[in-house]
Amino acid sequence: MMKRGAGLGLKAAVVAVLAYLHLPIIFVFLYAFTTEDAAFTFPPPGLTTRWFGEAARNPDIREALTLSLSVAAVATLIALCLGTLAAAAIWRSKFFGRETLSLFIVLPIALPGIITGIALRSAINLADIPFSFWTLVIGHATFCVAVAYNNVIARMRRTSPSLLEASMDLGARGWQTFRYVLLPQLGSAIVTGGMLAFALSFDEIIVTTFTAGNQQTLPIWIFSSLVRPRNRPVTNVVALVVVLITFIPIILSQRFASRSEDT
Amino acid sequence: MTTPSTAIRFESVAKTYGDVRAVDRVDLDIADGEFFSMLGPSGSGKTTCLRLIAGFETPTAGRIMLHDSDVTDVPPYERDVNTVFQDYALFPHMTVADNVAYGLMVKGVDGAERRRRADDALAMVHLEGLGGRRPNQLSGGQRQRVALARALVNRPSVLLLDEPLGALDLKLRQAMQIELKALQREVGITFIFVTHDQEEALTMSDRVAVFNQGRVEQVGTPSEVYENPANTFVAGFVGTSNVITGDLATRLRGAPGPFTVRPEKIRLSAGGDVGTEGTVTEVEYLGMFSRYRIDVGEQVLVAVDQNTEAHGERPARGQKIAVSWPESSCRPIALTADGETDEQEPV
Repeated sequence: MMKRGAGLGLKAAVVAVLAYLHLPIIFVFLYAFTTEDAAFTFPPPGLTTRWFGEAARNPDIREALTLSLSVAAVATLIALCLGTLAAAAIWRSKFFGRETLSLFIVLPIALPGIITGIALRSAINLADIPFSFWTLVIGHATFCVAVAYNNVIARMRRTSPSLLEASMDLGARGWQTFRYVLLPQLGSAIVTGGMLAFALSFDEIIVTTFTAGNQQTLPIWIFSSLVRPRNRPVTNVVALVVVLITFIPIILSQRFASRSEDT
Repeated sequence: MTTPSTAIRFESVAKTYGDVRAVDRVDLDIADGEFFSMLGPSGSGKTTCLRLIAGFETPTAGRIMLHDSDVTDVPPYERDVNTVFQDYALFPHMTVADNVAYGLMVKGVDGAERRRRADDALAMVHLEGLGGRRPNQLSGGQRQRVALARALVNRPSVLLLDEPLGALDLKLRQAMQIELKALQREVGITFIFVTHDQEEALTMSDRVAVFNQGRVEQVGTPSEVYENPANTFVAGFVGTSNVITGDLATRLRGAPGPFTVRPEKIRLSAGGDVGTEGTVTEVEYLGMFSRYRIDVGEQVLVAVDQNTEAHGERPARGQKIAVSWPESSCRPIALTADGETDEQEPV
């Protein structure tokens, strides 16, 4: 829908900005195929896929990938349950401090990760909880809840409360109203929120650093292997995987969001 | 009321929100099979009463009886009552047919029976063949019909309608008024119709309850409410009325007691039992008739006269004319008890 005659300067600026944003990522991808194993020279002397095999065989990477995926999955699940319930409570009832509470739920997105991280770490230390899978999940759930909540409450605010009354009026019990009316209304918002939460959790590094103890999630593994000069393309391979895993849900959620706008 | 059977009974029902008395000790009997309207300005408590019957609200005090059983604390899904919502509240993610069949579905009626009854209900509101559409593919009038079909498919003993015609344009609204009335006769279900439009209430109802500030000011047939308004609020809200008090009342009838005369009862000539002279201060031409404001000294009277004479022969602004009306058109009236209620006289 570009208007006729967008100036040449404007076009050049658009190209420049897009290149600035995405060229570095293209280089990460490119050097996942280079034949050099320590230093990167441009252009790459040759292309190979052998680093993919190396990466797949590396037990550290496999462990880190499994940990990252399962933390993201569990944190997302918890976030969806809590976020949806919180949204429902704030939508359906009126009480003093409602808006403040709403702000507190979304605050972790705005709060710098380093603050959340320090706060969680000292809380975990104070309570004398050993660092584990669950400390990671709790850390990630803080901002995942915010994402899930935000998506669901936005949809609820556009849903007429008389729909729920109509359902009850027609004889539906609470769970039937939830199943047949509320859930279909919220469905795509919940899926979108879940996908965003998953993507956020999967590549999170700051809060993770503070709550991981000596466990390695994939981003932490990448970060720590940057200082190792050997097999550097393996890092790029892993980066490529991270990009793909976070990208797919984001693209899907955008699709979902735009499709449910249409109806 | 001495009716064979009562559909809905309010026993000093009250509903308060904080300090606000939305419904203030209302007693009401609605007969089985009746077309009953709750008429009043916004904030008068009529919609709250409807929501109390549906079960969306619980009264602060009093009891609500549905066919002689106490439903005060019965949840909406267990009441044999269905509602047509002001915004229709159709489920946007379902087809029209699924919307209509929803009540049957949640009650576990089997698929074939469900489809048959939904089709019947759609036929009843003249929407055959539109079952596969989505609500957003329908016009306002069609959505309204779907909402009706969806509520009637459950064969409730009482149908509640919350200003259902408010969003329709005038022509469609008038057509729907006739159709609703015919539909009510056909199905024989008690209709309780909430509206702020007095004409709508008068046209359609068997009986009307006039609400004001959470109280029922008067209950009666349309002609009772119109011809014999119980107080000045009813006289002013249901149609327009001349409330004649004090000096003018004394001069005309020898007693200061307030009484009302409807504008259409006033003749623009001498010869009636009660009469006086005045100056025309305003003439509104309304096609079939004209509305005159006549200053008779103590008060300004409103009169309505059919435009049977040719243009030049009707009274004009500034003209001195005689007005009169039959004694039988004078209705003694109570000034609305609560002084503060007089202010919100509607137009």
